[in-house]
Amino acid sequence: MADSKAAGGGFYGNLGKIYGGYAGGFIVFTLILAVLEQMGVPNKIIGYCFVILTIGVYAYIGILSRTMDLSEYYVAGRKVPALYNGMATGADWMSAASFISMAGGIYLGGFNALGYVLGWTGGYVLVGILLAPYLRKFGQFTVPDFLGTRYEGNGARLCGVLVLFCASFTYIVAQCFGIGIITSRFLGIPFEVAIFVGLLGILVCSMLGGMRAVTWTQVAQYIILIIAYLVPVVWLSTKLYGIPIPELTYGHALDQIAQLETKLGVVKHFTDAFTDAKGLFSWTEFNNFWALVLCLMIGTASLPHILMRYFTTPSVREARTSVAWSIFFIFLLYFTAPAYAAFAKLEVYQNVIGQPIASLPAWVQNWSQVGGLLTIKDANSDGILQLSEFVINQDIIVLSMPEIAGLPYVVSGLVAAGGLAAALSTADGLLLAIANALSHDVYYKMIDPKATTARRLLVARGLLVGVALIAAAVASTRPSGIIQMVAWAFSLAAAGLFAPLVLGIWWKRTTKIGAITGMLSGFGICLFYLVMTRYWPAEFKAMFGTDLWWGIRNISSAVFGLPVAFIVTYVVSLMTPEPSKEMQNFVDSIRTPGGAVAPHAA
Amino acid sequence: MAPKLDTAQMQRYWTKTSTLMWTIFALWIVFSFVLPLFAVQLNTVRFLGFPLGFYMAAQGSLLAFVVLCVWNAIAQNKIDEEFGVQED
Repeated sequence: MADSKAAGGGFYGNLGKIYGGYAGGFIVFTLILAVLEQMGVPNKIIGYCFVILTIGVYAYIGILSRTMDLSEYYVAGRKVPALYNGMATGADWMSAASFISMAGGIYLGGFNALGYVLGWTGGYVLVGILLAPYLRKFGQFTVPDFLGTRYEGNGARLCGVLVLFCASFTYIVAQCFGIGIITSRFLGIPFEVAIFVGLLGILVCSMLGGMRAVTWTQVAQYIILIIAYLVPVVWLSTKLYGIPIPELTYGHALDQIAQLETKLGVVKHFTDAFTDAKGLFSWTEFNNFWALVLCLMIGTASLPHILMRYFTTPSVREARTSVAWSIFFIFLLYFTAPAYAAFAKLEVYQNVIGQPIASLPAWVQNWSQVGGLLTIKDANSDGILQLSEFVINQDIIVLSMPEIAGLPYVVSGLVAAGGLAAALSTADGLLLAIANALSHDVYYKMIDPKATTARRLLVARGLLVGVALIAAAVASTRPSGIIQMVAWAFSLAAAGLFAPLVLGIWWKRTTKIGAITGMLSGFGICLFYLVMTRYWPAEFKAMFGTDLWWGIRNISSAVFGLPVAFIVTYVVSLMTPEPSKEMQNFVDSIRTPGGAVAPHAA
Repeated sequence: MAPKLDTAQMQRYWTKTSTLMWTIFALWIVFSFVLPLFAVQLNTVRFLGFPLGFYMAAQGSLLAFVVLCVWNAIAQNKIDEEFGVQED
């Protein structure tokens, strides 16, 4: 190893000390800022400190981890221990959607939005039992690598790259959007400029060191994001009920919300399941709930930026253990999110609604300036804020809650740093997944197999910057809300990749033609439904009878793509000749952790 | 390096692995779909101060997912060792 980070094995031997010291340092840094705030340092400076200092740390790790080695660049040298890979996966996983929008979604949607909480955790069970250990045993660089090998040739590889690109690109646009919201609010610069400032934060982490840099930055980002998410909720739990475990106390908050709902005349109750806007049970909501849970879970087990994290562990055994660590670290945030939502709801009902509009605190002003995400309109001109006059976007609830609840500004800065860590880490993982697929699968495997290492790394880095710039440019047009864009990404990945990956390992009879036709038809149906429901004019939709099929919203498009992918793969595989004996041996060899991977053609 | 299994051993290894997979898969369905979809009925019961349906979807099932993943890692490692196919 040529650089300081891995020199002498000291880095891997001292991971606990290094990250423990780092977490301690971050807490001390936060406390110092808290003291400075009490001494009268303006909020603006505190916001600046959090945003700039954390990005500075990530950049520092990114630069320390620079590498010119292919295996280091693509899979972090396969040296990441299970625990740390779990943390890195946690950060890779929890994006702006989880951190910034999810609790906001629950705030607005109540029980019906818990589909996100379920859908974004349960998928790891599938990753663990169906895919991660086998993909680790296969032991190449990317997910399309597996498809290209198992389904003998560049056809399947290219289809894999296509799905990967569409899903990951949609996903990364959402992250850039989130980064834009945070940097714009806390640095006080216009949204369109803020996106490109945030982009620098993404690029410094991933460009020089590839997967290795992203891994060690993600571990650092996980630590910040989990502290930042838990602090305000624990604080509020202690403030309201005297017990610092929000997961236990928010049952009380739910009771109080129910009472206030009656008082304020809210008909759609927070904890009622599958209710529509009128508060009545609705089969459409019921169907959309399970459809969303299904798409998000299957999407979890299909998204290449997550699957490739398990390529980086030292062994198959560690890959399995690492899945368990991943879901544990993710669980910590997800089972807190509904508490966050409940406390925010309670604060708004108790301390914001019914106040004179003129006396509302400064946060209302500050947030109203960030692109129409908060509007307050005195519809009946009585000077008092009514529930219907307060419209808050789900993307700012988590970020603004500390201010709404009257916590010190340092907590807001902390939450902003956490949100930024979540968005940056996911954006880095996605960017790497896209750039690696293009540089490794398309450029190296298909265009120029004789390319030198230096050239391959140069191409990989060039593509990284290019994709990042395009994603930021698309995000600056504000295409949609964060959580919707992310859910689309999950659906696209689920419909296109889940069937060929799972069947490739679990059903030896799957043939090349079967997999390719299955992928294209499943992905095609999903994409069609998404585009049709979102972008087609009404007259055009009329040709297909209805707008939504069985009332299923397009964030769950994969509900149509998935069965098609499985059925087509199954039927076409049975119609085409059985895979060769070598291919069957190859499948056997990736099913057992020990031993070598059997020789294969591609 | 672990010895290569013959066809019969491989078959037994894979049957055991598949059984574990299907067991966890079935439990995954219970906690992902069966319980949450009965939330309306479960909500009439109270648990730790929460309506039970809400509690399951917000915390209970999540906890079950963590347990399932840990169980999978431990049980599959045991199967690997039983057949001598673990890594060195």
